[in-house]
Amino acid sequence: MDEILLIETVERYLKGEMTGHEKTFFEEIRKKDPAVDQMVVEHTFLYNELEKQANIKAYKHSLYEVENKLTEEGIINKSQLKGKAKVIFLWKKYKRNIAVAASIAGLVSIVTTALIGTYNTKVGNKDITVLYAKMKDTDKKVAELKDSLNQRSKRNPNPDYRATGFLIDGKGFIVTNAHVVNRMKTIYVENNKGEYFSALTIYTDPNTDLAVLKINDTAYKTVYNLPYSINKTNSDLGEQIFTMGYPRNEIVYGEGYVSAKSGNEGDSTAYQVSVSVNPGNSGGPVLNKNGEIIGIITSKNSIADGVVFAAKSKNIYKILEAAKKSGDTTNIKLPNNTGLKGLDRVQQVKKMEDFVFMVVGN
Amino acid sequence: MSNTDQDKHLLEGLALNNRKIIEAIYRDNYPMVQALILNNSGNGDEARDIFQEAMIVVYEKAVSGNFELHCQLKTYIYSVCRRLWLKRLQQLQRYGSLIENVEETITVDEDLELHEKHNDDFQLMEAAMSKIGEPCKSLLDAYYIQKKNMQEIAVDFGYTNADNAKTQKYKCLVRLKKLFFAQYKNGQ
Repeated sequence: MDEILLIETVERYLKGEMTGHEKTFFEEIRKKDPAVDQMVVEHTFLYNELEKQANIKAYKHSLYEVENKLTEEGIINKSQLKGKAKVIFLWKKYKRNIAVAASIAGLVSIVTTALIGTYNTKVGNKDITVLYAKMKDTDKKVAELKDSLNQRSKRNPNPDYRATGFLIDGKGFIVTNAHVVNRMKTIYVENNKGEYFSALTIYTDPNTDLAVLKINDTAYKTVYNLPYSINKTNSDLGEQIFTMGYPRNEIVYGEGYVSAKSGNEGDSTAYQVSVSVNPGNSGGPVLNKNGEIIGIITSKNSIADGVVFAAKSKNIYKILEAAKKSGDTTNIKLPNNTGLKGLDRVQQVKKMEDFVFMVVGN
Repeated sequence: MSNTDQDKHLLEGLALNNRKIIEAIYRDNYPMVQALILNNSGNGDEARDIFQEAMIVVYEKAVSGNFELHCQLKTYIYSVCRRLWLKRLQQLQRYGSLIENVEETITVDEDLELHEKHNDDFQLMEAAMSKIGEPCKSLLDAYYIQKKNMQEIAVDFGYTNADNAKTQKYKCLVRLKKLFFAQYKNGQ
């Protein structure tokens, strides 16, 4: 018997799908032919292992969901702010040294900035392409058609640019790239169901190329429990990553790895990642295998292949802190969930895609 | 219900992956374990990891069907977590004895050894799965792990009909089997 046919038979046998007659016949063969018997034994083993794998994955998934629920109720502690007392102690102890060090550092940075300023004609490095997309006529038509089908949504007349953004707070705060919103006078965001909402830029930071939008549309309903968290620490070289974005009028998935810990020309606020992206991917989230956001796609090198830059996610915290210091009272709560941990990729993407938006405008 | 009946009920539910029962066990036992770990140089994330692993140990026991309760489930969970945490502290070289409330504990070393064996098997299968490449990996995952039926899979993967998908699935399975057993024999 050829192997595939045999495997199929064995599987039916194991699942109990054989008729009584067939079963007796098969058991006959099994007795007579040790090779077939061996095969049945091996396959049973493999089948059981797969079954165990399936069960334990489903079980782990339940564990994560229960954990999330209880974390929200406060029964499970989030680990944060540990060792605060120690930091204060160290601060007191080393206050003087720090003051001296800081003033030297300050001086050095002023001098270097001045030097760099004179030698460098900033941004616009011609080899770097920022990844917003100009809308083609066909795209616009498709969008219009989609819109006439979807009466509920409001329509932005004629978007010229398209990029990506993702929710950082279910109240309607979205992170995208500064270079994206700088080009737009009116901004709309569209979710994967094709609903449009108008949005306003509330912060931009040209240094890290990040921007925060707020959906100011009455049709938008607050969503709860964003399933991901935003990483504060640096990711390691070689870490596996994936991203989602709108290089087309439809959400597109891509995967790759962290290829360097700094961005263009040693920019320490960004990573170099290797993942295939195209215009329109700008502002898309970069996630690690646990579903934590580690960066935001910003640009790619137009000459070298596979050289893509992503702003580090901790910059989001910095922007919000800076805004708070300057007296801003918008209370953005960054998500801190591990709902994607342990899921396989397809499930992660499914859970994630509701929170990744297309950012369009003109 | 007497105490042991209650535990038996919980374990049966656990074996069936019953969400409500998992939640009940978390509610009853998590605070105690969290306190143990937070008081002994651990943080919230570590408490979560340890408890999760203990839940898997209990699950494996419940599934194997020969769970003889020599003690209360609470004591068992606490003992497993305590043992796992001590081990973790050792690995992290954070030595020192545990500061804890006096809780009854039992020896769980045998169970943990068995758990490690299960873990190794689990990883062997994961490794074999990751080596067979696409579309095999996704195909087998869809059928055996996510339990989709062949019709759905044929549509998702763009096969013209369920029979084609089936043939492809069996081809993949043959490859998986070769890889799995090659590793399994090496590992023995």
